[in-house]
Amino acid sequence: MSRHESSRPEPGQPVTRNADAHHELSIRVRDLSLWYGDSQALKNINIDIYQKNITALIGPSGCGKSTFLRCLNRMNDLIPNVHLEGLVEMDGFDVNAVKMDEVALRRRVGMVFQKPNPFPKSIYDNVAYAPRMHDLVSRKADQDELVEKALRDAGLWEEVKDKLHQPGTSLSGGQQQRLCIARAIAVQPDVILMDEPTSALDPISTATIEDLMDKLKRQFTIITVTHNMQQAARVADYTAFFHLGEIIEYNNTKTMFANPATKKAEDYITGRYG
Amino acid sequence: MSQSFDDISAQLKRRHRKSARLKWISMGALGLAGLFLVLFFADMLVKGLPAFQQAQIQVEIDYNEDASRMGRAALDPEVSRLVSRTFERMIPVQLRNNPDLLGTTETRWVLADSEVDQYLKGNRHKLSESQQATVDRLVAQGDLALKFNTTFFTSGDSKMPEASGILAAAVGTVMTLLVTLAIAFPIGVMTAVYLEEFAPDNRLTQIIEININNLAAIPSILFGLLGLAIFINFFGVPRSTPLIGGMTLALMTLPVIIIATRTALRSVPDSIRHAAFGVGCSRWQVVRDHVLPLAMPGIMTGSIIGLAQAMGETAPLIIVGMVAFIPDVSPSFTEAATVLPAQIFTWAGEPEKAFVEKTAGGILVLLAILIFLNATAVMLRKKFERRW
Repeated sequence: MSRHESSRPEPGQPVTRNADAHHELSIRVRDLSLWYGDSQALKNINIDIYQKNITALIGPSGCGKSTFLRCLNRMNDLIPNVHLEGLVEMDGFDVNAVKMDEVALRRRVGMVFQKPNPFPKSIYDNVAYAPRMHDLVSRKADQDELVEKALRDAGLWEEVKDKLHQPGTSLSGGQQQRLCIARAIAVQPDVILMDEPTSALDPISTATIEDLMDKLKRQFTIITVTHNMQQAARVADYTAFFHLGEIIEYNNTKTMFANPATKKAEDYITGRYG
Repeated sequence: MSQSFDDISAQLKRRHRKSARLKWISMGALGLAGLFLVLFFADMLVKGLPAFQQAQIQVEIDYNEDASRMGRAALDPEVSRLVSRTFERMIPVQLRNNPDLLGTTETRWVLADSEVDQYLKGNRHKLSESQQATVDRLVAQGDLALKFNTTFFTSGDSKMPEASGILAAAVGTVMTLLVTLAIAFPIGVMTAVYLEEFAPDNRLTQIIEININNLAAIPSILFGLLGLAIFINFFGVPRSTPLIGGMTLALMTLPVIIIATRTALRSVPDSIRHAAFGVGCSRWQVVRDHVLPLAMPGIMTGSIIGLAQAMGETAPLIIVGMVAFIPDVSPSFTEAATVLPAQIFTWAGEPEKAFVEKTAGGILVLLAILIFLNATAVMLRKKFERRW
């Protein structure tokens, strides 16, 4: 059992636990606040994210869930005038520490974006680029094998195995998004962040991606932002409800949707606003 | 109360009339611009095409004793006045280099004097009545004719119109532009990359930005003064050379390349940068592997247009001494050379009538190269344009 299994519940732990789920800690966030210039976007976020689970972040637009997601691989560094306080800890390392190299962090925390954004390169190179860059493969045969494995894991291999050298942008939207997932998992990260990965896709592609997420959670910790309540209910093991930069409720998904502890979460989940 | 269709139509009629009027005005403007362009090209072609033809004369050369001192002695006195003096001057040189020629004779086509050339082309000339008669007779015999002017493309400037050509200037232009490209392209692209991809957005970078934009609008002759003051007087770069010309033009081309590169970099969507950062690229890897390849067509187009602009530039080169009489092809980057527009400028100032067509011919060559460069820019853009 993890060291957070103490009698006094620490902040950031879900109220009840899924008995059959993994409970090993992946990312621990304590008192995280973030400002864009003068406006505060995140207020005292406390959350424990567990390995090999899917954690969904839900909440109305502008509630800070995407901002929070970007804190986990320091993509907010790219935005000028961002100021941050608090702790984001992974493997006992503070990811925001000065000595933490954001490249090393992103090597272990991959990301899939809202709009599919494959590189304007071939399908093969889209997947092979990052492993090559991080020196994970040297021989061509290893590289081929790695590309095939990543594409298989992303459920795209059968569709693209005959056209690996066509541009990644020639695929359909859903295929492009799975290519982006293949690209993210090719470097074998620990965590995959997904920022509304299906919001630009049709329902069938969405279902494919959801199935895929369900398979991928055996290997990876997945944190996904979604606007789609049903999606959170379908795929997530844990759900965190964000509102105006705060986590209002964090719980295992079943409890959250069946029996929300807070009025705000209940109203949002049942569609009274958002 | 809602309006009836009649009311609306009455209003619309006025609006439609207005848009029709504007359409005609803009089409008229386009037509006028097109007309000027056609007139300009037609005038240049009419004036310049004769420069590509040159009167040549078939003469018997008798390499005798006197000819080794005075070339004219080798020729029939009747035609010697009609032959280019540059050719006559070559005969003693040839004899000195190759003494075996002494005592032999040879018949070949040689350059005719520019007056003969002008007479044949129906321009104003200084031939006497008897010379005209001789020319007419030679033409009838087939010993004098207008032929393709290879001299124009194979020799440098000369005080004699028939012997002057654009090769020295063309080579000078190529060398100068090579220097310009070698300096302006890397500095310009890297400056733009720094400003777009690395620099923080603060007061300093904003000032730099404004100044670069202003630099693009500075009269080019000032760059010449800068070249003179800094490169020649301070650093001691040799004057009149492709090196100093290229350096000066590089100053002028830099802002063009920087602005074009920044525009090209800015047009690369951020989603590509995010994707690259997301897989753990360092900032430089993002730029090198993802942003620059996408921006390259735009960068190349901008650079070629900047170079084409530099190629047509004369004013700054006057100041650094490249507008001068340069008869020989420059053998290195540090020896005197001239460039095409400077050559045209020099010819335009020559008193002989025969230089008028040289000037126009030079302009045609310059235009041809410019059109070629711009077409290349368009092709590069088309070829490398990628969707993402």
